Amino acid sequence: MKASPPYAAVRHLLDRAFQVLALVVLCLALAALAVLIIDVWRDGASRLSWTFLTSYPSRRAADAGIWHALTGSIFVILVTALLAVPIGAAAAIYLEEYGGRSLAARVVEINIANLAAVPSIIYGLLGLGLFVRALQMGRSVLAGASTLALLVLPVIILATREALRAVPPSIREGSYALGATKWQTVWYQVLPVALPGILTGTILALSRAIGETAPLITIGALTFVAFAPDGLWSPFTVLPIQIFNWVSRPQPEFQVNAGAAIVVLLVLLLAMNATAIWLRDRYQKKLS
Amino acid sequence: MTSASHPVRSLAGVAARAGQPASNRPTKIQVERLNFYYGRTRALEDISLGIQPNLVTAFIGPSGCGKSTFLRALNRMNDIIPGTRVEGRVLIDETDIYGPGVDVVALRRQVGMVFQKSNPFPKSIFDNIAYGLRINGMAGSRAELAARVEESLRQAALWDEVKDRLHQSALALSGGQQQRLCIARALAIRPEILLMDEPASALDPIATQRIEELVYELKKTYTIVIVTHNMQQAARVSDRTAFFWLGRLVEYDTTERIFTNPAEKLTEDYVTGRFG
Repeated sequence: MKASPPYAAVRHLLDRAFQVLALVVLCLALAALAVLIIDVWRDGASRLSWTFLTSYPSRRAADAGIWHALTGSIFVILVTALLAVPIGAAAAIYLEEYGGRSLAARVVEINIANLAAVPSIIYGLLGLGLFVRALQMGRSVLAGASTLALLVLPVIILATREALRAVPPSIREGSYALGATKWQTVWYQVLPVALPGILTGTILALSRAIGETAPLITIGALTFVAFAPDGLWSPFTVLPIQIFNWVSRPQPEFQVNAGAAIVVLLVLLLAMNATAIWLRDRYQKKLS
Repeated sequence: MTSASHPVRSLAGVAARAGQPASNRPTKIQVERLNFYYGRTRALEDISLGIQPNLVTAFIGPSGCGKSTFLRALNRMNDIIPGTRVEGRVLIDETDIYGPGVDVVALRRQVGMVFQKSNPFPKSIFDNIAYGLRINGMAGSRAELAARVEESLRQAALWDEVKDRLHQSALALSGGQQQRLCIARALAIRPEILLMDEPASALDPIATQRIEELVYELKKTYTIVIVTHNMQQAARVSDRTAFFWLGRLVEYDTTERIFTNPAEKLTEDYVTGRFG
């Protein structure tokens, strides 16, 4: 048998050590998540019931429910999607397919990446100044959704650009070679291929938005709302704000309510992420 | 060996005797002093040549010699690559395709293209063919559309293999079938010229032979320009051959002369496999 090269033993040991280290770090992260979920579940599970989901807020913890906040969250996120997805997708299509590699395009690109990193409370201040006051939308669903749309727009643009970039250039060439215009190529060939990727990125961005509290508190959604929103101009509250509200009360019964509401919010988030993963898998199968 | 590959060779010889490239037969494509730049790099230097209708013209040469770039200059596919620039004229039916007011979309309808790597759209076989017809407003009624799709698939010798699964994904076809689908797709919009960029380089010998037989059939209707790095293929399918080297056109003549009695030493060295 040939002699091992020098340091072989050390190198194998390092290799092994790194593997173990990575595993430990992963376990720590997962453990933190598990502890959180178990803790919340133990706090709130006793309160979870159909009545809890469909009841309005109350001064008595045992009567209070989350119907107003749950419908508020879903309504706000739907309006956010309706506002942000077309604008974000259109912006990304322009930047990727039409913008070219000019200096201006690169400056815009860098600034979109910067905007994605701006703290959400800053968007809240912008929303308060622009939508609530200047455009006089008040503390409405529309103002809240517009603010969240601004927040997720950079993320949607970046995700859409990635999805467009992943479309093989050969598909574009094939389309152009048949006498297609740029618009026909984008609309009939590029977008259908990129769509699942765009949807995945969009859902992940929206699942960030549904957990946002700070910008909505800033624009004034933290008021006592005792009814489900019934229109774009209706005042509203959302699940994270309701949770914040209950957690900050001294009575322990409300802590139980908060735990139950967190479980509902987590289920909503996991459902959105699962949809994103399902779309991605379906897409990968279709292309191969 | 099937019987169909023999006439390819013998008829190519007949066509070769019929006229030199420099003869006064009308040209379909006339290139005049074409220079092409990628940024500051000159990829094509001062190329002039005439391509005659209803013949197969082959471009040969080592990798990076500019033959593919030149082919893509003939339907302005290089336009979509940023930072490229063209000087000179390319006349198709006596119209300069780089002239002012030329509609690139209309040009590409007239000059079809098949790529090195087959690139079917991730759609059904039927929709792959129908796409070009629909976007160019040639679809007509549903029955007309179906008829055009069938006609194109028959022209590309693919109909019998796919007629029972027209609405299944084109990506399920074999490599050779995908390439014939791409040829059918190009033919559907009835171009006059068909550019083929190494159409068989990724295919096995049997699939390659089918493509070559197809090229021989298609030249009755179309003017065909084919880029190939396979010398035997150029000799088998083409009537005229142009040899490119380092962005220059070294020699352009009947295929027979290029392969048996070239004027340039460089050409002879290349076709006999001394470099490349």
